[in-house]
Amino acid sequence: MGMTLAEKILARASGRDEVKPGEFVTARIDLAMCHEALGMVSDGFRSAGAKKVWDSDKVVVMLDHYVPSPTVKTAEVHKKVRKDVKDLGIKHYYGESEGVCHQVLVEKGHVLPGRLVVATDSHTTTYGALGAAGTGIGFSEMAYVLATGELWFRVPETIRFEISGALSPLVTSKDVILSIAGTYSSEVAQYKSIEFTGSAAQNMTVASRMTMSNMAMELGAKFAFFEPDEQTLTYLKGLTRQPLTPFKSDRDALYEQTYRVDVTGLEPQIAIPYSVDNVKPISELEEVVINQAVVGSCTNGRLEDLQAAASILKGRAVHPDVRLLVIPASKSVYRDALKSGLLNVFLDANAIICNPSCGPCFGQHMGQLAAGETCVASINRNFRGRMGSDEAKVYLASSATVAASAIEGKIVDPRNFA
Amino acid sequence: MASLTRGKVWKFGDNIDTDVITPTKGLSLPLDEMKMHTLEPINPRFAKEVQPGDIIVSGKNFGCGSSRETAVTALKALKVGAIVAESFARIFFRNAIAQGLAILTIPEAPQYFEEGDEVELDIKAGTARHINQENPIQGIPLAPDMLAMLEKGGILPLLQERVKAL
Repeated sequence: MGMTLAEKILARASGRDEVKPGEFVTARIDLAMCHEALGMVSDGFRSAGAKKVWDSDKVVVMLDHYVPSPTVKTAEVHKKVRKDVKDLGIKHYYGESEGVCHQVLVEKGHVLPGRLVVATDSHTTTYGALGAAGTGIGFSEMAYVLATGELWFRVPETIRFEISGALSPLVTSKDVILSIAGTYSSEVAQYKSIEFTGSAAQNMTVASRMTMSNMAMELGAKFAFFEPDEQTLTYLKGLTRQPLTPFKSDRDALYEQTYRVDVTGLEPQIAIPYSVDNVKPISELEEVVINQAVVGSCTNGRLEDLQAAASILKGRAVHPDVRLLVIPASKSVYRDALKSGLLNVFLDANAIICNPSCGPCFGQHMGQLAAGETCVASINRNFRGRMGSDEAKVYLASSATVAASAIEGKIVDPRNFA
Repeated sequence: MASLTRGKVWKFGDNIDTDVITPTKGLSLPLDEMKMHTLEPINPRFAKEVQPGDIIVSGKNFGCGSSRETAVTALKALKVGAIVAESFARIFFRNAIAQGLAILTIPEAPQYFEEGDEVELDIKAGTARHINQENPIQGIPLAPDMLAMLEKGGILPLLQERVKAL
């Protein structure tokens, strides 16, 4: 019997010829990443008597969730992480200046097709866009991984979203994944591996694919793959000197379910508080007046997201009652936005450009919301209290929709500005 | 972890996310203070009144959202006996086992229990029984590998054994 991408990677990593959904395997980890959570991971690591990480070349540590540190308490966390990096023998460390972990890890060439990657962050599914099996784990499990280089996995069933059709201008992969969440619910991929296939998936840029794989976590997914193709390899060639080998799922691989999605004529989509699968096409949304708008995060903080926002903001200004935060996902994105003149567009429009980081998304840093305030954001979660007050509301949308809404002071269709 | 656990039911709905279980504002507090914010946005009484051994019964997708293991840590610190849900989000499920917090999946769980019910769970058998009734409700037992880790008290005791053996 043939194997899916998840099965192939787990078989290889656990030294088996073949694995089947439902089996438990112990797999060797190719890459482990911790952000600020290392401060807690290292407590468990030490309490179990471990001293050094199993392989200094296979561990990456980043600071991104609250950089630069907003409070003394978070400064203490950062101080501890920096010390842990040295004490545990960790070689790859990216500090406050670099950006959001998932973007930086990819840009620095750590994420390659076929690799098994775990990280202390739920949106680790992002790496599936490059054909890597990325998944989030907790602090205790990470302590185990850092000491042993191994972790148990249940081989997941694989489901397939076959995406066809062509997207209209200013309708993006974010709208596609929100539409999928709305149609199939936040549990459609619970414990499962996703493969995004079909012509529309193949036509997506690597950045757009990363948005889909990132948000797949919100569908419950363990992994969220795009088959690594020529485009993937071309993208990665500039980032790594490692040999790159394309690999595909087998023709006779077994899929638990295949969902067919046609994106022709798809409208911009909005996820309404407080769940990611509470989604409406923008034409069906009632009037939502906003106080804040955010372009950024590991979901939509890449150059194409900033370009889409800038194309709408060019020659226009943010509504006087709205703060627009623009947060490039990495230093590299920031530099490209600077070189191509996008940052001038944002400044001219009266947006606030923040340093590459998670920004307000995680709810512990800049741009927090007061009670009763409403925000439209290109991020991945709209949970209660996600971005400040429990009494604030966050609506999820593409960066184009966020930019258009920032101008109007309410959530509007970006296609009005085409 | 004992296989049998008995306690009073606290009922919650679907999609109880980790940001609600341990609100961000409590994350940088010491555990004794952080735990007092557990589930606060949707039930401010919970952290104050929950008793050791009490059982949370919830709908679909319990623990969805971030990988913050604080969600499990806080529930354990409050000495919650077990979580019963229609389904669990993947990372929460793993984190619970990694910390030895008993969990049980029962399809359509909320229809069997009311707030305040006295219930006994047999985690090994995957069953729940009202203490005044004889017939247990059959849930989905944990796989043997998971049960073994749960019985050890989680993944760190396993790591400790491995480190010692080196």
